[in-house]
Amino acid sequence: MLDPLARLGRSGIAALARLGEAHLLLVGLLGGTWDTLVRPRLLIAQVYGIGVLSTLIVVVSGLFVGMVLGLQGYYVLSQFGAAESLGIMVAASLVRELGPVVTALLVAGRAGSALAAEIGLMKATEQLSALEMMAVDPIKRILTPRFYGGLLAMPLLAAMFSAVGVLGGYFIGVGLLGLDGGAYWSQMQAKIDFSDDIVNGVIKSVVFGLVVTWIALFQGYAATPTAEGVSRATTRTVVHSALAVLGLDFVLTALMFGE
Amino acid sequence: MARTRTIEILVGAFMAAGFVALFFLAMQASNLSSAPAGDGYRLTARFDNVGSLKVRAPVSMAGVRVGRVEGIAFDGSTYEAVVTMVIDPQYDTIPDDTFANIYTSGLLGEQYIGLDAGGSPDYLGDGDQLIHTQSALVLEQMIGQFLFSKAQEGAQPQ
Amino acid sequence: MAEGLTGRGASPVGASVPPGEPLVRIRGLRFAHGERLLFDGVDLDIPRGGVTAVMGPSGTGKTTLLKLISGQLRPASGTIEVDGQDVHRLGRAALYRLRMRMGMLFQSGALLTDLSVFDNVAYPLREHTRLPEAMIRKLVLMKLEAVGLRGVQAQLPATLSGGMARRVALARAVALDPDMILYDEPFTGQDPISMGVLVSLIRHLNDASGLTSIVVSHDVSETLSIADYAYIIADGRVMEAGTAAEVRASRSEWVRQFLDGLPDGPAHFHAPAPDLMRDLLGEA
Repeated sequence: MLDPLARLGRSGIAALARLGEAHLLLVGLLGGTWDTLVRPRLLIAQVYGIGVLSTLIVVVSGLFVGMVLGLQGYYVLSQFGAAESLGIMVAASLVRELGPVVTALLVAGRAGSALAAEIGLMKATEQLSALEMMAVDPIKRILTPRFYGGLLAMPLLAAMFSAVGVLGGYFIGVGLLGLDGGAYWSQMQAKIDFSDDIVNGVIKSVVFGLVVTWIALFQGYAATPTAEGVSRATTRTVVHSALAVLGLDFVLTALMFGE
Repeated sequence: MARTRTIEILVGAFMAAGFVALFFLAMQASNLSSAPAGDGYRLTARFDNVGSLKVRAPVSMAGVRVGRVEGIAFDGSTYEAVVTMVIDPQYDTIPDDTFANIYTSGLLGEQYIGLDAGGSPDYLGDGDQLIHTQSALVLEQMIGQFLFSKAQEGAQPQ
Repeated sequence: MAEGLTGRGASPVGASVPPGEPLVRIRGLRFAHGERLLFDGVDLDIPRGGVTAVMGPSGTGKTTLLKLISGQLRPASGTIEVDGQDVHRLGRAALYRLRMRMGMLFQSGALLTDLSVFDNVAYPLREHTRLPEAMIRKLVLMKLEAVGLRGVQAQLPATLSGGMARRVALARAVALDPDMILYDEPFTGQDPISMGVLVSLIRHLNDASGLTSIVVSHDVSETLSIADYAYIIADGRVMEAGTAAEVRASRSEWVRQFLDGLPDGPAHFHAPAPDLMRDLLGEA
């Protein structure tokens, strides 16, 4: 009769232990900061792997999201005779929410899963152990550059997403639906605040970058070193990242924009 | 080696593109370009009621933005609202008998301060106070006055 | 007699214990992997300057033993000393200093997949020395020459055969001129030619550079052909210990079954199970 209770307790303890391991890994990652700084070459390779290779998908998605916002926003706003406010609507939704969040989801799917698979495979093929045996700390040498690569790439990708999205909205609203181009920009400039909107958006995407790469690295590093374990780690990376990003987005929004 | 160099170039281009995007958002899509951060001179004005005027709201003359509201405080001794505004330095010829009104942009828009220039030959300087002010229109008061005057109109003919 | 020779601590169960102070001294080692007890009070000495084989059936934790010796795993109880230092009492920095004196050849080779063969062998040198690049190049080429693979220095590990990858990994393991090399199942899955190459390489490297080698394997004849000393472990205990010749001549029934590869003996062909008839006739 007490079995279900015991099972619940066991899984709770296991989850807590995993959380603890993840935090120990984070401490290790932060501890590798200096090693990464003195080897910028490793960092550049990771900015390439996480940032450059994700640019295309992020830019294309940003363009389409911006165009959809332009269309939908126009239909809704024109009913109130406020179509000139399209610029504000597009820019505010992109800079505050969609830019950081959608970029984080895309990066989790594109780069996070790849990171988890890469680290998991390095573990399964004993490469991490081999580094240990060469007296090289794999956390400092392999994981930390990836961590900072993600942390650096995410806000830049989110900025590209928002910028391209704003242009996409301009293309639809001004180019296609015939709004006044000056109104699009001036309304936007009047209502989008640099520190409230843009800086907060950047802060969000930095936080998301940290969380997504952290989850990916942890899932890879803690993966069971088998083919099945690695595949499970990649799946978990995407699922956990998506949940963490959306949950954190709510918390951050409440902190930043709720007065 | 050639591969390393390609990667370095691509990463450089990526980071440049990211910063360009940020710069674009900051300058083109936000108020950063139109907000001269803090420089300019300060004027104060006292209002009986500021309505829903917000900090950072625009201050305009003849419909042109000349500054912004920097602070709104309450004076406990006179029961008035004290509004501090920063006027851009190039607009240094505002007469000292200028009227400060709180207007609403559109029917439901935000409130802003509109300055109506007076005719005095003396100009306002840093720290000066605008004497002539008119408070924000509060919708409930307006409706109340309207109903009151209608009631009086109805009462008089008899 | 044995106790007098080793000086301190109890000696392993074997009749003849290698003379001199051992490089690795294991006492009372207990280690459990989950529910399964892999080592239950193992005593083991690895003498300096020889090839010591640790053999046993699959799943007896031979690889785990290497990981314990190199400090990648922590025992439940017991001590492991390498050159007089208790591996599991060392701080991180001291452990890394100790590991720089150990090389390990992993079963899969464990080469870094995104680096060329040359860069793989150069990796420990670049990490731990400040040698100029020209000097590193010379050292790497010498190590690769020693394993006969200087010709593939520009290739990526993915293009190598399993045996070649293992030889490159061996070149990497000796790059820092360690005192000791741990071989994890070096012969598994090799064709007869590359097996022969590896067997002679291990012996040759050991003698040429005065190394201490630990070979963990279940390939009995190849391992014994190059080993100076041998341990046979099973069921968490040391079953037999001694020189290669002594082990080969062992009379223990269990050791005979293992060495001669007999299908049935003290270790049963059948896993423990209830009576067959009852299992077949019983309800599903």
